[in-house]
Amino acid sequence: MNEIVTPQSLGLSREDLPNSYIGRSVPRPNARKLVEGRASYTDDVDLPRLVHAAFYRSPHAHARIVSIDTSAAMKVPGVVRVFTGADLAKVCDPWVAVLAHLKGMKSAPQYPLPLERATWQGEAVVAVVAESRAAAEDGVAALAVEFEPLPAQVDMETALSPGTVVIHPELGDNLVFTRTAETGDIAAAMAAAHRIVEATFHTGRHTGVTLEPRSIIADYNRADGTLTVHHSTQAPHMMQNVFATQLRLAESDVRVICKDVGGSYGIKVHVYPDEMAVACMSRIMGRPVKFIADRFEAFGSDIHARDHRIKGRLAVDAEGRFLAFDIDDLTGIGPYSVYPRTSAVEGNQVVNLCGGPYSFPNYRCTTTVVLQNKAPTCQYRAVGHPIATAVTEGLVDLAAEALGMDPVEIRRKNLIPDDAYPCTSPAGMKFEGLSHHQSLKTLLDMVPVDRIRADQAEQRKRGVYRGLGFASFIELTNPSPFMYGIGGAKISAQDGCTVRMDPDGSVVAMSGVTEQGQGTEAILAQIVAHGVGVPVSKVRIVTGDTRTVPYGGGTWACRGAGIGGEAALLSAIALKEQILEVAGAMLQAQGPSLDIVMGEVVDKATGQARMPLSELGRIVYYRGDTLPKELSRELVQTRHFITKEYPFAFTNGIQASWLEVDVETGMVKLLEHWCVEDCGRVINPLLVDEQVRGGIVQGIGGALYEHCIYNEDGQLLTTTLADYLVPMAAEMPDMHVGHVETPTKESLLGAKGAGEAGTAGAPAAIMNAINDALKPLGAKVFAQPFTPERILKALGTIA
Amino acid sequence: MTTRIDITLTVNGERVSRSVDTRSHLVDFLRGDLGLAGAHTGCEHGVCGACTVRLDGEPVRGCLVMAASLDGAVVETIEGLSDSGEIRDLQEAFVARNACQCGYCTPGMLVTAADILVQSPEATREEIREHISGNYCRCTGYQAIVDAVEDVLKARAAKREAA
Amino acid sequence: MKWPAMGYARVESLDELWRALDAAGPEAQILAGGQSLLATLAFRLSAPSTLIDITRIAALKGVSVAGDVLRIGALTRHADLARDALVARHAPMLAKAAPLIAHPAIRNRGTIGGSLALADPAAELPACAVALGATVVLAAPTGERRVAASDFFQGLFTAALEPGEIITAVEVPVATASSRQTIVEVTRRSGDYAMAGLAAALEMDGAGIVTSARLVFFGIGSGAEVARGASATLTGKALSAETIAAAQAALDGDLDPPTDLHGGPEMKRHLARVLTRRALTAFLVPSEQAA
Ligand SMILES: Cc1cc2nc3c(=O)[nH]c(=O)nc-3n(C[C@H](O)[C@H](O)[C@H](O)COP(=O)(O)OP(=O)(O)OC[C@H]3O[C@@H](n4cnc5c(N)ncnc54)[C@H](O)[C@@H]3O)c2cc1C
Ligand code: FES
Ligand code: FES
Repeated sequence: MNEIVTPQSLGLSREDLPNSYIGRSVPRPNARKLVEGRASYTDDVDLPRLVHAAFYRSPHAHARIVSIDTSAAMKVPGVVRVFTGADLAKVCDPWVAVLAHLKGMKSAPQYPLPLERATWQGEAVVAVVAESRAAAEDGVAALAVEFEPLPAQVDMETALSPGTVVIHPELGDNLVFTRTAETGDIAAAMAAAHRIVEATFHTGRHTGVTLEPRSIIADYNRADGTLTVHHSTQAPHMMQNVFATQLRLAESDVRVICKDVGGSYGIKVHVYPDEMAVACMSRIMGRPVKFIADRFEAFGSDIHARDHRIKGRLAVDAEGRFLAFDIDDLTGIGPYSVYPRTSAVEGNQVVNLCGGPYSFPNYRCTTTVVLQNKAPTCQYRAVGHPIATAVTEGLVDLAAEALGMDPVEIRRKNLIPDDAYPCTSPAGMKFEGLSHHQSLKTLLDMVPVDRIRADQAEQRKRGVYRGLGFASFIELTNPSPFMYGIGGAKISAQDGCTVRMDPDGSVVAMSGVTEQGQGTEAILAQIVAHGVGVPVSKVRIVTGDTRTVPYGGGTWACRGAGIGGEAALLSAIALKEQILEVAGAMLQAQGPSLDIVMGEVVDKATGQARMPLSELGRIVYYRGDTLPKELSRELVQTRHFITKEYPFAFTNGIQASWLEVDVETGMVKLLEHWCVEDCGRVINPLLVDEQVRGGIVQGIGGALYEHCIYNEDGQLLTTTLADYLVPMAAEMPDMHVGHVETPTKESLLGAKGAGEAGTAGAPAAIMNAINDALKPLGAKVFAQPFTPERILKALGTIA
Repeated sequence: MTTRIDITLTVNGERVSRSVDTRSHLVDFLRGDLGLAGAHTGCEHGVCGACTVRLDGEPVRGCLVMAASLDGAVVETIEGLSDSGEIRDLQEAFVARNACQCGYCTPGMLVTAADILVQSPEATREEIREHISGNYCRCTGYQAIVDAVEDVLKARAAKREAA
Repeated sequence: MKWPAMGYARVESLDELWRALDAAGPEAQILAGGQSLLATLAFRLSAPSTLIDITRIAALKGVSVAGDVLRIGALTRHADLARDALVARHAPMLAKAAPLIAHPAIRNRGTIGGSLALADPAAELPACAVALGATVVLAAPTGERRVAASDFFQGLFTAALEPGEIITAVEVPVATASSRQTIVEVTRRSGDYAMAGLAAALEMDGAGIVTSARLVFFGIGSGAEVARGASATLTGKALSAETIAAAQAALDGDLDPPTDLHGGPEMKRHLARVLTRRALTAFLVPSEQAA
């Protein structure tokens, strides 16, 4: 266990250690402004001479742009200017989203607006800038754009077939990336197996639906050559780099400001051509340009995700031990790999994660990533995890059924033992320390399995079909440069924090991670309060301004607490040491004999108060003349943190779903849901629990409701919130969250990520529960979302 | 065709007169003309509920009300409900339960939740869920919101009983 | 998207309305609750020249009973339907239907007149109006006319409204001791438009014989779909598991559902059968329900 002093670790009560904040459910200090409607989202920002952008978007999945006539649009009242791809290419270099460590990966150069061809329906083709958004839309409506429609490559299954449309002829074919991981001898394992189970799984293409749509204001100042961007983003520094690089500016001339963000979930960590266009237009016009995506354009141009077909086989011996997983994944990613994370990572994650919770000798997994004329896909919450978990856990349940084993029993038999760490998975993932068995045990303490099974049997007699499903999972968090940096992407895996004491003893901490609503600022405040020794109410957190906060990666892959939190802890501890050095000089005591508790310098041994921090601040800042000359007095400290031992900090957990299927209508009613997860040290259980629940609900969305449906011509049919179904309150179950804590030894704090666990495991648990419910009827479903139609088809009720 | 209409109405207890664009919905008007940015839009086609504000005492979709139609209306927004103190207990429960994460849905959610407190003071968890369906929250799992509303209903009931 | 540019006029009486419609020309549109109209304007699929706001016309408001007719003013909101005591007593189907429509904030604005005029094939109230044998009261500068609900709906988003004509009220025969009314539907999420729904109104005599039956489906066709064959199989018979099965069997001839995002014709027909059984079973005497 890492050396963090908490009341529990000392056998003390909270009252004895009043500013021990780690592990405590402290409400978020910045929540008040949210409940009073006084937050500041990007669209709330207004600037002098602000103009608004709207985009003409391609009505075709694939078409050559023949001509663009802007004359009528320019006559529309309020329209200021119209920009085509060629106009913007003059100030902006194209980007190609590949990563060097994903061997053989290829993609085509992408511009803010395309020069010759539109390659998906919804791609921005022409931009109109006007005095209001309404006028800009009027301008868009008045544009005359002539297209020559081209055949579209829509179905990923045919993307590599001979004679198919090659979306970017210069690439030679539609193959973006393929990789196979292989360990052991699959053929031999299959030959020796007692049973082999197999299934073909589908995960539905879905999207993030941040309630605040993508939002950006770019403001180029011609006088000083600076570009200030107000941006609803997860990664301000990454965007600073992108704007600077593509628009040929110095990084120090670009400032990205990100105040409140209305949800992101991975959607707002990518480079969007329309947002780049906004920066270009401001660069050209020398005035601020605002673009707030509306819901239609969000559905057609936010990244989509999880469009996969996965064939899986699992070989088991007669005792139910897993011998081999053999997986073949195919995914369609749209016409471009998305910059800079690339669209190959999701498939790559499937390869890394399948079979992850289990101990078994033989593994083969291939991912094939292909182009298609649909909206681009990229990383969305829990990237690849829900897919890998559904395949793995679906196969596990099939194996249990084939052997007549209990689903819990087969998991217990195969989960990696809790004392096996550190170890490396057949897919090559290094695990520092996981707790599958302890998590399972904790889950079984929460789920009344016996009562549920009795109820299930009773209900079946009455023609009511209920099912219980389990899903173990692993989750990758705290990524090191091995995720993106080594591939050449300018995505920072390190993060920094500057902590400063002001004269009155209050503390300001500036962090490179951002607040997207997960409570980052709250946990940073807790950590800093804990580290310095002040009440949490005395800590103010600053995030989301690249001009002031230390360089960092922002918020993605569950790194806020683990990386940003550790940087905050280290800088807070450094500040405390510095304060105590000054205090020692002032009080003629040795620094180590002093401590800081609730904003007072105290004698460590007796707890006796010696001096409030406000007094220390007064002397340092206003009466420095009274201090020893050689005393260093920087009451500000910066530390950066990066993980060094492991490429990723894996977490683990297990979920259970209890539900009822109306076998007449195919409707699924969720009754109850459980999740036990081990995210290392829990800094604030209140925040973690609702993060997990929010994640589960997004997983439920993918499992039951959400689907970007295209027709065979590549036209998106689900373009409104009435057609794309997002989970609402009435259908959601109560969710119970439990914790096991296995802190990572890579950091003092010991925290790993917690934001994706819910999403990773929920679809698999629900699938298994549905199939458990339908077992007496001989029906099974493997294609998400599990709609009434698919369930009725599986039941043979309809053809 | 007149595209500007003069209206006089009460917003958060103050009388305001404006000439509004017929293309403005209630939330455009609040945000753009009055600088009240608490109400948000998440779809502008009536589905997400982020725009929910109180009009003549009842929650409505702000994106589905023409600003031009508001002459004589009484509008209350999250800012007004905060200042009046009417929902302070509800707001405190939202903070205590962590019922808001990004906060984008929160103003609309609170206006809807405040309606439960008035319309169905004895609502069960299922009824709370049903009532707030139509207000999307993409961050929380809704459970903390239901918990917060339930807490306030119970606290208010206890207060009524004590009185 | 933002609404297209348009004019706006508010009227306080029918006379003012006729004048305003006249002044605004054929591209003008009536604005009631706005819960469908304003949402579709945000899709920029239509561009009315002027919206004429009728919500302050007193003559279109209120619920009253005269003799054996319940009169529901066109401006009666879904929220009013749900809590109006006269509606609950005399047209329980409507009281039951209202909470199925959308969500509270939308029910606070949306009106029955708007819903009937729109003739959305997945909407509850048009199907209810047909099932209840309601009469739609229409007004124009030339006078008033009454159209049976079953004749009023003419297909996908099409109602028998002449240009410049408006709905002023709906008249529903009051429920009697022999009336059996219910509405059932299958929705993906609470408040969604139905994947399939059924408004069922039966009259049963003292001996339990069905003297008339109207099964009207929504969400499975181009409008409120009267299942004539199924309704006919019930008439003159005692309600029982067998007659219900016969009604279900007759649906195949009654319904010709199109495909939508939820599924194809076969699925819709199947759901119609399920809903038929669920709706009619509720009318069985308890001893038979158990059977
Ligand atoms: C998110 C959402 C979900 C919804 N879900 C449902 C649902 O599940 N079921 C359902 O039935 N409805 C649903 N609705 C629609 C809602 O019920 C509308 O209120 C209703 O369809 C239209 O009523 P309105 O008063 O709002 O009419 P408006 O939108 O004002 O008008 C609709 C049309 O009717 C015309 N019109 C209005 N009043 C009259 C009149 N008196 N005479 C002649 N023409 C008139 C208008 O000119 C317009 O063409 C939903 C709406 C939304 C936004
Ligand atoms: S913005 Fe009004 S409901 Fe979404
Ligand atoms: S808190 Fe983010 S949408 Fe509800």
